[in-house]
Amino acid sequence: MGDAQIEIQIIAAVVAAACAIPGVFLVLRKMALISDAISHSILLGIVVGFFITNDLNSPWLILLAAVTGVLTIVMVEMIQRTKLVKEDTAIGLVFPLLFSIGVILISKNANDIHLDVDSVLIGELAFAPFDRFIFDGMDLGPKSLWIMGTILIISVASLLLFFKELKVTTFDPGLAASIGISPLIFHYGLMSVSSVTIVGAFDAVGAILVVALMIAPAATAYLLTTNLKKMIGLAVLFGVTSAISGYWLAHYLDASISGSMTTMLGVIFLITYLFASDKGLIASIYRHKKQKIEVSLIIFLLHLNNHRDEIEARQFIHLQEHFNWTKKYAESVVDLADKNNMIQFEGDLIALTEKGENFTDLTLKYILTNKDDEIEHLKRDFFLFRG
Amino acid sequence: MKEERIAIQVDDLTVAYNYKPVLWDIDLKIPEGVMMAIVGPNGAGKSTLIKAMLDIVKPIAGNVQVFGKPYHKQRKLVAYVPQKGSVDWDFPTTAIDVVLMGTYGTLGWIKRPGLKEKKAALEALEKVDMLSFKDRQISQLSGGQQQRVFLARALVQNASIYIMDEPFQGVDATTEIAIVNILKELRKDGKTLVVVHHDLQTVPEYFDWVTFLNVEKIATGPIKDIFNDDNLTKTYGINYKVAIR
Repeated sequence: MGDAQIEIQIIAAVVAAACAIPGVFLVLRKMALISDAISHSILLGIVVGFFITNDLNSPWLILLAAVTGVLTIVMVEMIQRTKLVKEDTAIGLVFPLLFSIGVILISKNANDIHLDVDSVLIGELAFAPFDRFIFDGMDLGPKSLWIMGTILIISVASLLLFFKELKVTTFDPGLAASIGISPLIFHYGLMSVSSVTIVGAFDAVGAILVVALMIAPAATAYLLTTNLKKMIGLAVLFGVTSAISGYWLAHYLDASISGSMTTMLGVIFLITYLFASDKGLIASIYRHKKQKIEVSLIIFLLHLNNHRDEIEARQFIHLQEHFNWTKKYAESVVDLADKNNMIQFEGDLIALTEKGENFTDLTLKYILTNKDDEIEHLKRDFFLFRG
Repeated sequence: MKEERIAIQVDDLTVAYNYKPVLWDIDLKIPEGVMMAIVGPNGAGKSTLIKAMLDIVKPIAGNVQVFGKPYHKQRKLVAYVPQKGSVDWDFPTTAIDVVLMGTYGTLGWIKRPGLKEKKAALEALEKVDMLSFKDRQISQLSGGQQQRVFLARALVQNASIYIMDEPFQGVDATTEIAIVNILKELRKDGKTLVVVHHDLQTVPEYFDWVTFLNVEKIATGPIKDIFNDDNLTKTYGINYKVAIR
């Protein structure tokens, strides 16, 4: 592995980590699309900044771009406040406008600017190591690593300093305001950090893919944990993993690095969505199947309970006819009851055991009162009671 | 009778959203130690009134004082229970963590809740009978349990005034009784309670003071003096008996 290769991977990993942290809060605040808006409209800030400074690497560019990002939010909120349109429409109105002004400015001055629309959209990580940070004749590494590193440090520092404030303003802005933690300040704080992060990542991955880096790791982590700290940790892990595996995918396919990174984000999300133990697709299909058969079990037990004195009603063949179940389904219901020792067989008749009677009573009570204090112990064995 | 202190005083308060007044020139004195319901039809500005008391909504005119001082100087004396529906219960956090948020106001910047705060949170959960659910993810709690967690969070604030927005909404009968009992206990300890309430039938049973609100203040005072047909009609219109069902 050459030096450039290692540097590209480090830059990609730092970009991914820096994007994942604010991304978690955007996802939890249901503001994922805001990152899309910011990532496009900052182009205007970058172009205007370039006109002023004539230097693509001036810190003023980052600052101006971040200001444009925050301006986007302010404009979206202003339009929203008119109540004429909803938030998504307001977002759709604002960022294309700012972005297109940026595009016009670039195309009008295409000869003077070392910026083209293609790289604006998808970025070019492969060139990042060529732009060095030279200080006093010393080569201190790629410039973009310094920029993104600084942004990552800012992100991590704000997270550590303001974790509880970010948490409470995200979860319950009403309470936060009442105890003196201004939701407004943290809203704009988060918007500013997001804007700066997006501006920094823009160079590496472009306007479209930076959205994926912010949203996908957080969305994936959300499927796996019910703890905010873990969610942030997992999001960073997924971001970095996608970045590095994406780099190698691009290497073998000889294709775009940013495109491959985003593809890996998608793949990791898909795998997680399929296999997550609680919220995943397979788990949820399994749970629905279980719940269905458990409902049938309860119907069956209640039936036995209600018709305990009628011989005919307690025959297996009767179940199929009266419940309109197939033989196979009826068998699996009876099996489930038998496995839990809720029924016993008296010849070809079925009767409730004591355990079966207790279970039926508790279930009936739960269905009628919807109070789950007494069925807590059943939640382990039966999906139905887990809500 | 000893001279009573005023817990919350609202003077000439007007709040408007987009220049449309939702609260119009409200004057209100809430004496310390009362258990007061705020009632009124939908859109009467009940939630807005308590949000204005809490400095969450900025009025276009008038002001609010808590024990004679502006709210922002008295934050630690006030606990707020927002509407249960105002938060996303799928947020990745647990019951005890939500209760701990009640301590954030006194902690100050940077500091995290420590042992002392954890102990207080556990005690509060115990009081609302939710100790066994402390580590449960909040989306896995029933509506009544979620409301109890919110109440525990207010208890942990150990305030003098408790302001609650529809704490009985969407809770089961057992939880409702449990919450009422805790509120009555708080009042016995000399706390002041201000509760936005929807169910007119239980007002005389649960509360000792009431404020009728419909954009303007209709009446405020002890239940026994002012909870009558006249005020109900003024607040809800001539068909109030139909309207409240």
